[in-house]
Amino acid sequence: MSELLPLARLMQGNEAIAEGALAAGARFFAGYPITPSTEIAEIMAEKLPLVGGKFIQMEDEIASMAAVIGASLAGLKSFTATSGPGFSLKQENIGFAAMAEVPCVIVNVQRFGPSTGIPTAPAQGDVMQARWGTHGDHPVIVLCPSSVQESYSLTITAFNLSEKYRVPVIMLTDEVIGHLRERVILPEPGEIPVFSRKKPRPGLKNYLPFRPGENGVPEVADFCDGYRFHVTSLAHDKSGFPTTNPEIAEKLINRLNDKIMNNLGDIIIYDTFLAEDAEVVVIAYGSVSRSAKRAVKEARAAGIKAGLFRLVTIWPFPEKEVAALSGTAGALIVPEMNLGQLRREVERAAGQGARIVGLNRVGGELITPGEILAAIRKSIKKDR
Amino acid sequence: MQNNHKRFLRENKLPHIWCPGCGNGIVLGAFVRAFGQLGFDQDKTVIVSGIGCSSRAAGYLDFNTLHTTHGRALAFATGIKVARPELNVFVFMGDGDASAIGGNHLIHAARRNIDLTAIIFNNSIYGMTGGQYSPLTPQDSRAATAPYGTVERPFDLAELVKAAGATYVARSTTFHVPLLIRLIKEGAVHRGFSVIEVITACPVSYGRRNKLGNGYEMLMHQKEHGVAVEKAKDYTQEQMRGKFLIGELHRAEAPEFTEIYGQLAEKIRKNYGKE
Repeated sequence: MSELLPLARLMQGNEAIAEGALAAGARFFAGYPITPSTEIAEIMAEKLPLVGGKFIQMEDEIASMAAVIGASLAGLKSFTATSGPGFSLKQENIGFAAMAEVPCVIVNVQRFGPSTGIPTAPAQGDVMQARWGTHGDHPVIVLCPSSVQESYSLTITAFNLSEKYRVPVIMLTDEVIGHLRERVILPEPGEIPVFSRKKPRPGLKNYLPFRPGENGVPEVADFCDGYRFHVTSLAHDKSGFPTTNPEIAEKLINRLNDKIMNNLGDIIIYDTFLAEDAEVVVIAYGSVSRSAKRAVKEARAAGIKAGLFRLVTIWPFPEKEVAALSGTAGALIVPEMNLGQLRREVERAAGQGARIVGLNRVGGELITPGEILAAIRKSIKKDR
Repeated sequence: MQNNHKRFLRENKLPHIWCPGCGNGIVLGAFVRAFGQLGFDQDKTVIVSGIGCSSRAAGYLDFNTLHTTHGRALAFATGIKVARPELNVFVFMGDGDASAIGGNHLIHAARRNIDLTAIIFNNSIYGMTGGQYSPLTPQDSRAATAPYGTVERPFDLAELVKAAGATYVARSTTFHVPLLIRLIKEGAVHRGFSVIEVITACPVSYGRRNKLGNGYEMLMHQKEHGVAVEKAKDYTQEQMRGKFLIGELHRAEAPEFTEIYGQLAEKIRKNYGKE
């Protein structure tokens, strides 16, 4: 087991997610085989029973998401892993988790789409599906790792945020990071704090499982842990029972979204590299941000004031931070392995400031540092 | 003692939403009576339901209750049972819920022989959406989506789950309540995947279109067409025409999923590092 191994090891991105989940306290995994995420299921099948956890391979992607929710309601930190087609199938039940406030983590190792696409090729085409895949105005948190080390630590963050805000959290990685092998240094146990859902005090009279508590998050008991209550994804009141009252329903939807939007400082994670004085800033996430960093270094070596803004949390989108960049930089370059899904969000946040340049590839190949450097050079020429 | 079962109802959530003549309340009543007789711990019991008229039953029952998405009740319940095998988990579904959109979960829960007790309310129709035909609607029936009669053949639900590996399969009707109570109890005690199909009347969305009469007349139809397994032995094929079996239809012993998983986990934990 991991504690018997040296802390520095060569690890694959998907493996780091599995190890991170275990470190976060995940004790239930339900999944269905799909490339390029399957390693996560395989590792969980091996390791969960060793730590008293449970693994089950369900009959389909829909059932996996349902089982994850059931297990979480029963008190176990639970997650699943999938890729594009499976992610689409899970959407209805992801909405259930958002509406009924069931903590859970969904790993999506993005692959070429739409549809079955090229199963072994990377893409970043699920940015919008991660945000809006299920119907209705729902809250969700989406995190993008860009290294194997971060696949580990960010998985712990994903569980922490999910438990804290009682919201589904999506680890939106991609085939490059998922299958990348690099050196990681596992933190000592306890080095990364682990957060578990708040439980109600025992013996409360008139317990209302969905009454908003700290940060607007209710203290929902685990099933069969001292309280009897009802859970539904129908619009419901504080008691958890369905209602069609427009006022109560509207208040619920606003609270579900507010518990995320009022805590952006806690949820939005990003990283900058030489961005302060940069005339051109590359805004990137996931595997593409690695190419972007290299391009920025090369641009600096050539005397160009380039910088990187690396998104880790992509939803909720860091609007304030991008707006600030738009005020200081002349151009923002957004390289993505899609046709500009996050660029539109950057444009919206940037307003009338910096010029926004998209660099988009959808052939199933990682965008290279050279391509990004060329875009940086071109944007500098235009600005001069 | 007589009203003992009332403590399993959330009386403040009543009256229920079901139409006059609907049989769902009879199934609900049979369930609480069976539960009272079982002597199970109310606080260690979860009721999971899908979507549809019958699935609203969960809201009226005073347990930890989970009202899920359409067709997925068994998959949610599987997560609960695997996470906490010590809990008693009952799953309430309708015929469309269990056999159409949830058909895959039904056969796989049966194949795993996971210790869930599924109670399937079979009223031959999608009631909540206004009377569309389901995979259990008898052929040539009228339905909102079959104005000229249904063309499709129905499943025999009991045969389906039996073939898929369910180890307890039974059927009753809302007329045969003492039998229904007994079958629910047997299914609950049975270690493995249990299915109790209950033939129940939907006079508003099924009966009316098919000229089967009101709730009372549909109950009488159940009385006249349900034949106890023991009696059916003496019936000729001709006598059984148009009729259906009620009672315990199948019982088998097979390893139960959460039990095997637990034993395997214990074994590998013990042996880990010894190799």
